[in-house]
Amino acid sequence: MLPPVFGVLFDGIAYGMLLFVLSVGLSVTLGLMNFVNLAHCAFAMLGGYVSITLVNDFHWPFLATLPLAFLSAAIVSVVLERTLYRRLYRSSDLDQVLLTIGLAFISVAIAAYIFGTIQQPVETPALLRGAVDFLGLGLGKYRLFLVGTALVVTILLVAGLEYTRFGAQVRAAVDNQRMARGLGIDVDRTFAATFALGSGLAGLGGALAIEIVGLDPNFAFTYLVYVLIIVSVGGLGSIAGSFAAAMLIGVSDVAGKYYAPELGAFLIYLVMVAVLMWRPAGLFGRR
Amino acid sequence: MPSSAATMTPQGWLRTQSRWHPLEIAFWLATLLPFVLFPDYLSLASQIAITALFALSLDIILGYAGIVSLGHAAFFGIGAYSAGLLAKFGWGEPLTGLAFAAAVAGLVGLAISFVIARFRHFTLIMITLGLGLLAFEAANRAHWLTGGSDGLQGVSMWPVLGLFKFDLYGYTAYTYSLVVLFVVFLGARRLINSPLGLALRGIRENWVRMPAIGADSQAHIRKAYTIAAAMAGLAGAVLAQTTESVSLESISFQRSADVLVMLVLGGAGRLYGGLIGAIIFMVARDQFSGIAPQYWYFWIGVLLVTVVMVLPNGIIGGLSHFYARWRGK
Repeated sequence: MLPPVFGVLFDGIAYGMLLFVLSVGLSVTLGLMNFVNLAHCAFAMLGGYVSITLVNDFHWPFLATLPLAFLSAAIVSVVLERTLYRRLYRSSDLDQVLLTIGLAFISVAIAAYIFGTIQQPVETPALLRGAVDFLGLGLGKYRLFLVGTALVVTILLVAGLEYTRFGAQVRAAVDNQRMARGLGIDVDRTFAATFALGSGLAGLGGALAIEIVGLDPNFAFTYLVYVLIIVSVGGLGSIAGSFAAAMLIGVSDVAGKYYAPELGAFLIYLVMVAVLMWRPAGLFGRR
Repeated sequence: MPSSAATMTPQGWLRTQSRWHPLEIAFWLATLLPFVLFPDYLSLASQIAITALFALSLDIILGYAGIVSLGHAAFFGIGAYSAGLLAKFGWGEPLTGLAFAAAVAGLVGLAISFVIARFRHFTLIMITLGLGLLAFEAANRAHWLTGGSDGLQGVSMWPVLGLFKFDLYGYTAYTYSLVVLFVVFLGARRLINSPLGLALRGIRENWVRMPAIGADSQAHIRKAYTIAAAMAGLAGAVLAQTTESVSLESISFQRSADVLVMLVLGGAGRLYGGLIGAIIFMVARDQFSGIAPQYWYFWIGVLLVTVVMVLPNGIIGGLSHFYARWRGK
């Protein structure tokens, strides 16, 4: 029999995995183009609503909606990138912050208009309901599925960035954009593709998150704070950093809620400010 | 005046900058109009004056020194709670309350400015956001002191100067807010047209090169940040005193975001940007208060995207651009 602390740890890891899928895209786009995209979680919310609509109104199985959540967020993000974002690549942080906060406001209002402000219920397949007994611990099947999915995503991402031509181009552009351009890499197109990939992952994360944290129009702001904390603590452009930071934040958030509920989110904000003051580029940041 | 520019000394240039324009005098006379034209809306006018003061404080650090802050409401809230708590625990004299709130907010600002001055860009945005959220959580958790989400109740103010009680119609409230706004504005105007103001603009344009001409960027940022924090604290204190309550909303991220929107809408880096932005924002919100807040933010979002894409220097920047072109022809 394992003590209950392992159950908390497991929940924390599952939550951290979810946060990782939500945040890794932002980390890559911030590291690649230095673009502060505060609308990142709006794409996650889009994925969530696509999934919920397909399940509730069109009676699709939940798992089949996940690829569509990914695709819809990726497509919408690339349209916005081509029309709005790309004009501000050389602008100040402030302009980028304002544009993307504006987009996040719009997304919240549209979601509230279409779906109302209430929490959306989602029906997960019977396969993922209930818990598995493991040495006396009840491990939620859905959480196991979440951990598995996040691990698959991580492996695909790391392998894709390490061993493919596209990955090599992305890494080159992150390391030295001017040199990459000089070598004939189309940095703009690389960025558009990376941006779509990152937003798509956010969309997938949004769909996966419904079962754990629910979905309402404020998702775009509630989770933005978590995502930004992970990205800044982990270091811009670092997948390993995002992963470590997501685990840290996930476990400490869940543990904090179990053992010190009166602290609330205080602990996490404090961790973020402290880490940034100690290492302004994040734990794994290079700059 | 390109011909005289060659012979102009820096002192002379600053002096021409600080001369009062007729439009400015007209603007301040127009702030008296609500007493005559909209006596039913004096509470709103008072809210606008307070918000304008808050926007002005953000303008000093964001518009002039280029320090993006997503947590400026922390100082507004600290000022509001300081003034509110002082009055709640027995000292309801408004003017000393203001001084106390400004001092508390300024001291916190001074402490934080040592952190702020060291960072730029994304890290700075994240640190200001984190500090703002920390302040909110602290106010939320300290229920025994601040009343938490119920708000701080039981604030009772003495009459201003022992003569003017805060009345139901807002005559005293608006006069009081307007006088504070005007006095602080005079100070801010003096600051902007001083060598420190010039140094701040230099820091905004190039943070690294300023030390090379003998201006210590970090020291200037610390000064400006402390002043801006004290100003924001004043704005919060005026709100607490005129409404005789403090809500948790006064220290929230929403307030930080709203003031940023106002400032950018009006025109950051211009003295009147925050004031004009606050007037437009607050009047529009009052007019559209019938629609649910989540839809109101749709229009804020559209406005933000439009301003960033079309009017990079805000309404005042756009107007002065057209004015300059019209004069040039």
